[in-house]
Amino acid sequence: MPKLQELQDLTIQVRRDILRMVHKVSSGHPGGSLGCTEFLVALYNETMQLQPEFDMDGKNEDLFFLSNGHISPVFYSVLARRGYFPVDELNTFRLIDSRLQGHPTTHEGLPGVRIASGSLGQGMSVALGAAQAKKLNQDPTLVYSLHGDGELQEGQNWEAIMYAAGKKVDNLIATIDYNGQQIDGSTDDVLPMGDLKLKFEAFGWDVLEIKEGNNLEAIIKGLAEAKSRTGKGKPVCILLHTIMGHGVDFMMHTHAWHGKAPSDEQLENALAQNPATLGDY
Amino acid sequence: MKKYIDQGKNDTRSGFGAGLTELGRTNPNVVALCADLIGSLKMEKFIEENPERFFQIGIAEANMMGIAAGLTIGGKIPFTGTFANFSTGRVYDQIRQSIAYSDKNVKICASHAGLTLGEDGATHQILEDIGMMKMLPGMVVINPCDYNQTKAATIAIAEYEGPVYLRFGRPKVANFTPEDQKFEIGKAVMLNEGTDVTIVATGHLVWEALIAAENLEKAGISAEVINIHTIKPLDTEAILKSVEKTGCVVSAEEHNYLGGLGESIAGFLATARPTPQEFVATQDTFGESGTPAQLMEKYGLNAAAIEKAVQKVLKRK
Repeated sequence: MPKLQELQDLTIQVRRDILRMVHKVSSGHPGGSLGCTEFLVALYNETMQLQPEFDMDGKNEDLFFLSNGHISPVFYSVLARRGYFPVDELNTFRLIDSRLQGHPTTHEGLPGVRIASGSLGQGMSVALGAAQAKKLNQDPTLVYSLHGDGELQEGQNWEAIMYAAGKKVDNLIATIDYNGQQIDGSTDDVLPMGDLKLKFEAFGWDVLEIKEGNNLEAIIKGLAEAKSRTGKGKPVCILLHTIMGHGVDFMMHTHAWHGKAPSDEQLENALAQNPATLGDY
Repeated sequence: MKKYIDQGKNDTRSGFGAGLTELGRTNPNVVALCADLIGSLKMEKFIEENPERFFQIGIAEANMMGIAAGLTIGGKIPFTGTFANFSTGRVYDQIRQSIAYSDKNVKICASHAGLTLGEDGATHQILEDIGMMKMLPGMVVINPCDYNQTKAATIAIAEYEGPVYLRFGRPKVANFTPEDQKFEIGKAVMLNEGTDVTIVATGHLVWEALIAAENLEKAGISAEVINIHTIKPLDTEAILKSVEKTGCVVSAEEHNYLGGLGESIAGFLATARPTPQEFVATQDTFGESGTPAQLMEKYGLNAAAIEKAVQKVLKRK
């Protein structure tokens, strides 16, 4: 088990990667990426059982599906720093001829990515299919997925949520990035979704909350708890309470940085708040 | 003219069901999904023999397409089953992103395509599906003509790695292709050699094209009849070879002329060899309720319509 300090250092480095990636191309989505940094760092470096080499079929290893594909910067950084592809390739984010497309895709052959995402609401269905393939293959490993809270406004999610419980897909842990923000404002302003915990429970899921979704220890503990609840006849949902833009003071508590890159000056300020730990790409 | 015998009318969807049943016995990776239309898709036998490899999704086609994409991760070969309308238009973005762009080995099997669905009317009679599916990069589009060919196509697409749209229908139609045929994706089938005009037909219109050719022969016109079961990739070589001989072409399909087989042929010939062409297809319209025969007559999708189109195109040579 990596030391907590190592994960903390990695988290700061991933934040720097995210900020530098979106700044370089003046586009991309830093807000949700920064908010999910601790979660993805913990998931890939502590929680998931992974095979050393990437294989699309992912047999006998845990799988992860990113449904809210716009937070690709954090996904790419975490994958690169986990060894799926060279860290230097982060330099090519959103550039022509890159494997690091604006939204993740399998189409350019980037190791670590198993489905294209970006058009919202599709990832849970895909995760369900992969989870059911695992059952058919008598593969005891798990499937993880991540979804934006605003993304739950897409109806396909609710088809998937109904199906997962109805068909007892209990080898799936779906996490909702519960930051309460979306492009046009707070989720309550855009389309109030009510009590998500009650909604998932009413659909037959086992729901747990990670109240400190930007605290590595809380996340590691929450993921371990979620894992212990799999295999019991119910799909597991984690409501991960995060702060969009976490780790950069002027990006926090607002939807403003959902899909906006920092200026040169803002980048400098943001990086100063996250001093390099493992070395920049 | 070469003679074809109807071995007994049957529906192409039953050909799909028979093919799927055979795959259930021969290929352990094949799994099937259905959105509450098991009987309509003739999937009962596969389900009876392989209950663990069948996924009843409920009335949730978007979820079905995503689940199918996910099942490929782990080595399964998913066959989704629902009506053509709900297999395409309803779930276009799911197919586009989670299947086509993600390069997933999903077989989208679509029944009740076109007007011959009949009495249910236009809500269910999709005439735009070939266009939508052929526009997706990497998507193979197949529309077999009878029971035997649909069965052979169903078996063949399991061997092909990549997304496929397989389109078939509800009515019982002539079953005239060989039971033991080898189905080659992308390879046109020459049904009758002729010299005056090329008729390129797909799906239910292939049998009509044969009837038309027989009638045309009586009128002294020699029609070449080509069965294009694969609309994409199109067998351009076979089409070019034929029109170089005949100098004109009639395309025939149970689909809108916009986006259909005829459009693909025209697009190819416009650059390869500009050729007079007539389109037997619906003319940018929705369908309506009626019997299949009434609808095919009213919308000009039968042997008589093909003969008329031939007479017209011959004058343009």
